[in-house]
Amino acid sequence: MARYQNIFTQVQLRGPAEMGPPLPRGSYPRIGKPGFSWLMGKIGNAQIGPIYLGGLGTASLVCGLLAFEIIGLNMFASVGWNPVQFVRQLFWLSLEPPGPEWGFRAIVPLNQGGWFIITGFFFSASVMLWWARTYLRARELGMGTHVAWAFLSAIWLMAVLGFIRPLMMGSWAEAVPYGIFPHLDWTAAFSIRYGNLFYNPFHCLSIVFLYGSVLLFAMHGATILAVGRYGGEREIEQITDRGTASERAALFWRWTMGFNASMESIHRWAWWFAVLTTLSGGIGILLTGTVVDNWYLWAVEHNYAPAYPTTGVVDPATLPGATP
Amino acid sequence: MIGFIRKASIVGSIAALSLALGGCEIGPKQSDQLGYRGTGMQQVNNPARKIPAAVIPAKPYDLPADLGPPASVTYKNVQVLGNVKTEEFNLLMAQMNQWIAPPEQGCAYCHNPENMAEDGKYTKIVARRMLQMTQQINSRWSNHVKQTGVTCYTCHRGNVVPVNKWAVKEGAMSPTSITGNRFGQNAPDVDTSYASLPNNAFSTYFQGKSMIRVQGNSALPQANHVVSTKDAEKTYGLMMHMSSALGVNCTFCHNTDAFSSWSNSRPQRVGAYYGIRMVRDINEGYINGLASVMPANRKGPLGDPYKTNCLTCHQGQNKPLGGVSMIAQAPSLRGPIGPSGSYGVEPTALPAEVGDAIAPTNAGMMPATAAGAAAVEAGPKKSAPAH
Repeated sequence: MARYQNIFTQVQLRGPAEMGPPLPRGSYPRIGKPGFSWLMGKIGNAQIGPIYLGGLGTASLVCGLLAFEIIGLNMFASVGWNPVQFVRQLFWLSLEPPGPEWGFRAIVPLNQGGWFIITGFFFSASVMLWWARTYLRARELGMGTHVAWAFLSAIWLMAVLGFIRPLMMGSWAEAVPYGIFPHLDWTAAFSIRYGNLFYNPFHCLSIVFLYGSVLLFAMHGATILAVGRYGGEREIEQITDRGTASERAALFWRWTMGFNASMESIHRWAWWFAVLTTLSGGIGILLTGTVVDNWYLWAVEHNYAPAYPTTGVVDPATLPGATP
Repeated sequence: MIGFIRKASIVGSIAALSLALGGCEIGPKQSDQLGYRGTGMQQVNNPARKIPAAVIPAKPYDLPADLGPPASVTYKNVQVLGNVKTEEFNLLMAQMNQWIAPPEQGCAYCHNPENMAEDGKYTKIVARRMLQMTQQINSRWSNHVKQTGVTCYTCHRGNVVPVNKWAVKEGAMSPTSITGNRFGQNAPDVDTSYASLPNNAFSTYFQGKSMIRVQGNSALPQANHVVSTKDAEKTYGLMMHMSSALGVNCTFCHNTDAFSSWSNSRPQRVGAYYGIRMVRDINEGYINGLASVMPANRKGPLGDPYKTNCLTCHQGQNKPLGGVSMIAQAPSLRGPIGPSGSYGVEPTALPAEVGDAIAPTNAGMMPATAAGAAAVEAGPKKSAPAH
């Protein structure tokens, strides 16, 4: 029984690879000869492949690869095509959006941010094609399309950051650079420019849902593992029976905090928390600079930020004889 | 097989852990509360990395009782220090020898030993301008240097050119290339404490009058306040320099919940405000004008002379030289010397009360006003090692 308390999956199946039902006429084939991986079997299913790429998947990968290459080659060019410096400085390197002087023009010289716009096009195309693929794959399997809609919520935040908000602000310079440290520094500078994003209520909501997602994931994961000795991973088939893992898990939470989610609703909780993280986050970003310019002052006006006692310091630029 | 995987994962974990913790500083830290409780305003210092107290050079010799006539009577071609008494003038020259000139050259680094009055060497022209600059700093910029003042040694520390300096950077991009534009950022640069932020902040903000402030003064967007996030990145780059040059956190000056709010800031921010203007005055009014006399090895890649920033004087300390004042050693540096030989002419451009009313003279923990005192009282000062 102790095997269920291990962090790794203890049972691995071996046998003829599962190839899945035949595909409808005219489909692309599933590709890749399936194999078994002992290591992957420790954390999931040991069978690797086959994979169905299809037209959408192939187009998505091509667009994604183009975006990735444009970013990478621009980074490589920025260190004078020096491979050593490319590796050493990789975390600093970036593909920057056009400067504020270019507004939101569609055509910008390549070295002034034109590459950024092209990358944005291919990156967005890649992500949208992959979205359509998740939608169609789910339909083909007779599933609901929950994964696709959750993915779309993440795409919404990405689109707001890289396209919709720059469009509304009339400036590509508001977009996020493609770089590891640069996008982090951009985030901090963005918050500082617009008077501290922590006072943006939609930012608060997004954080609530983000941390809430983590909490729910931990609670659910722990609950199912804890009833693993009763076959708790077979959640749904046990749902109507007494004394099962499912019922024990439910009773644990009812007796601990008075309320328990059901085996079905806990997944609805998790789905909505995850979806609302990026949905509310995107709204918060979209309002920044377009509707609210200084979130701290906005929060003070709405009695939402604390007013600290003044330190008595006066802006020296307001004093007579000040230099600008 | 299992044994190998176990060994490999142990080695891998150790490697990953050391990579992840490589940037950490081991050992206890000292944390001092600087502002109202709950605002996270605290200065974190690592006692192990405390900058050792600066070695202050002793006065080369004591002045005789009789200071003699003004230097302009004793010597020829004394343009700046003509009203200084001869003995004091001589002492200052000895001090400049001690603080700046290479020992093997001594006076000859600036002067022609055959004719000390001659202006043949560029170093003498520069030194004369630097004397005027030092007097300007001590008289006009007392709202930054207070009564501590500065001497040549504050920056030079025994070097002919201060160690920490800057010049306009060379752009890496070829104008005809379609790639390679780094937009003056995204490179590991000490000027931004190795952030990827714009590293050309000095040429933008430490000469000229570019606006450093980026936040708006009203909650809602205003047509007259169009400032890009990219501008905020540039300001951020400058602030990273100021923070590392002074060895302090953001909260040494700012309450980070509202960076722009002056009534939430510490008085030190006022000192920094005047410091930025002082550096602009030094660079524009005194150093850039020397471009025609400076040789190429005193200039940057684009031909402008090496200039000052916060690090030039501060060198990692929020008070240069740990706050030790050397001005009593060389009182003629206090300001332009009048015909009567009196030191320190009144500041000309800025009213004296501007700096004094808002910045505390000790520039330490104590706020300048009663309201500020109440604020610190409400949030008791606490000093404890960080966990």
